[in-house]
Amino acid sequence: MSQFALEITDLKKTYDSDVVALKGINLAVKEGDFFALLGPNGAGKSSTIGIIASLVTKSAGKVKIFDIDTDENFPEAKRLLGVVSQEINFNNFEKVIDIVTTQAGFYGIPLKESLLKTEITLKRLGLWKKRNDQARTLSGGFKRRLMIAKALIHEPKLLILDEPTAGVDIELRREMWEFLKEINAQGTTIILTTHYLEEAEQLCKNIAIIDHGELVENTSMKDLLSRLDVQGFVLDIDQSLEQPPSILNFPITLEDSTTLNVVIKKDQSINDLFGQLSALGITVSSMRNESNRLEEMFIEMVKKN
Amino acid sequence: MKRRNELLVSLITLIRKEIKRYLRIWVQTLVPPAVTMSLYFVIFGSLIGPRIGTMDGLDYIQFMIPGLIMMSVITNSYANVVSSFYSVKFQKSIEELLVSPMPNWAILVGFIMGGVSRGVLIGCIVFCVSLFFYPSFTIVNPLLTVTVLFLTSILFSLMGFINAIFADSFDDISIIPTFVLTPLIYLGGVFYSINILPDIWRNISMANPMLYVVNTFREGMLGVSDVSIPFALAMIVFFIVVLASTCLLLLHRGIGTRQ
Repeated sequence: MSQFALEITDLKKTYDSDVVALKGINLAVKEGDFFALLGPNGAGKSSTIGIIASLVTKSAGKVKIFDIDTDENFPEAKRLLGVVSQEINFNNFEKVIDIVTTQAGFYGIPLKESLLKTEITLKRLGLWKKRNDQARTLSGGFKRRLMIAKALIHEPKLLILDEPTAGVDIELRREMWEFLKEINAQGTTIILTTHYLEEAEQLCKNIAIIDHGELVENTSMKDLLSRLDVQGFVLDIDQSLEQPPSILNFPITLEDSTTLNVVIKKDQSINDLFGQLSALGITVSSMRNESNRLEEMFIEMVKKN
Repeated sequence: MKRRNELLVSLITLIRKEIKRYLRIWVQTLVPPAVTMSLYFVIFGSLIGPRIGTMDGLDYIQFMIPGLIMMSVITNSYANVVSSFYSVKFQKSIEELLVSPMPNWAILVGFIMGGVSRGVLIGCIVFCVSLFFYPSFTIVNPLLTVTVLFLTSILFSLMGFINAIFADSFDDISIIPTFVLTPLIYLGGVFYSINILPDIWRNISMANPMLYVVNTFREGMLGVSDVSIPFALAMIVFFIVVLASTCLLLLHRGIGTRQ
């Protein structure tokens, strides 16, 4: 048995409209990984996921799920795979419980057993109280949870989520993060695409960046972030200033009278900055990243490409 | 063995889903054919029928019954599959099926069985309605009647499936039933025997596939027909095989279902 949950070799996709979505992607995701697949809109993320899930037909290449070649035995590979699509894809007029039990039925789980599994899954996702509601009456966040419940009902070993938290409020997003971390800790391999780079940074161990149908990066999150040369910080200070303080080697700008923006290089010490500010009689009351670290890296890479 | 059971469960799930779908909206799916056919029986059977007299040696209302049952079976089998399959495409819930391990043939059988069950159910409802207007009706050849009923439902469910695969809008699922099926059914011997037509129109009518379906069913119910029954049955089976193969090929290539 391969140690890889997913292996993609020279995957190509050209749509009927002659749009080349994938130009030969090679990717391997280890079993148990929490993997981020990032890229700007139209980069080829959804095409890749669509091919893995058999929603899109590939033009060339190979896809293996837990060593099962999808060209040779796709049904068997699909049993190991759960997919949460980007768009809502259930009948809005059906009840929540019916949607999930029907999905279980499509995977060959008998009704009695699927009712039991549905109860467990809906309770886990906080949907049990809404089991008899029509799906169309659910809020956006609960619809997202229902999508996840559907994808998990047959207990897949590999779960692919295509922007699962798009349009979800921050509280629910964090709840979903905890849930995903939990199932990953229990052994489910997770591949995530997202536009919230903070989400990828928080959750994922490894990362691939795709742009214009090509893989521009495929490494560990730690390695990628360690390549950041500079980081921007926002400092809130106690007193009001009219001009930014002049500190050697630290370029500082004034955002407003009580907020400083400072750029710190990788080899510089933040303690050094605080020491110099303190010497000038400036006390820092709070500090935060100017923007998400991964976001800076991502923009840089996409620009280069 | 385990995989075979799983496949059976998935197939039953899809069939159950399809049947539940049209039963849930029974006012839209089951009642209208009963009402429409009652009107046909009242107007053409009870009011105008006696003035027409006999057709092929039978009371006009009696002659009409198999044709009207077939008309309902054809339109409902077709409508069920075309609307159901197009809806799952439109709502993207087809992805629920495509990501599952169900093979293409099971997906096809599931939808077709939904259409067949509705077609047969409507056929039974219309037959029951006809008994109010012609209580002494007896079926001459039940085996042939039931066989044609099922084969016709399968045939037109398959046609509906192909229509749904190529449909890109709700307009596309009503064009064929309105502009092709309905005229062919009306001109296919539902209300008259082609023996009353002039030679030229009789010959043209022989090219209408509905004529064979309606007349084979009429042979089963009443023992009268304008066409050769073995030939008609062979043609129905032949087209079922051709259409089913076409559906499987379309599903395999992902036309209309996968990008």
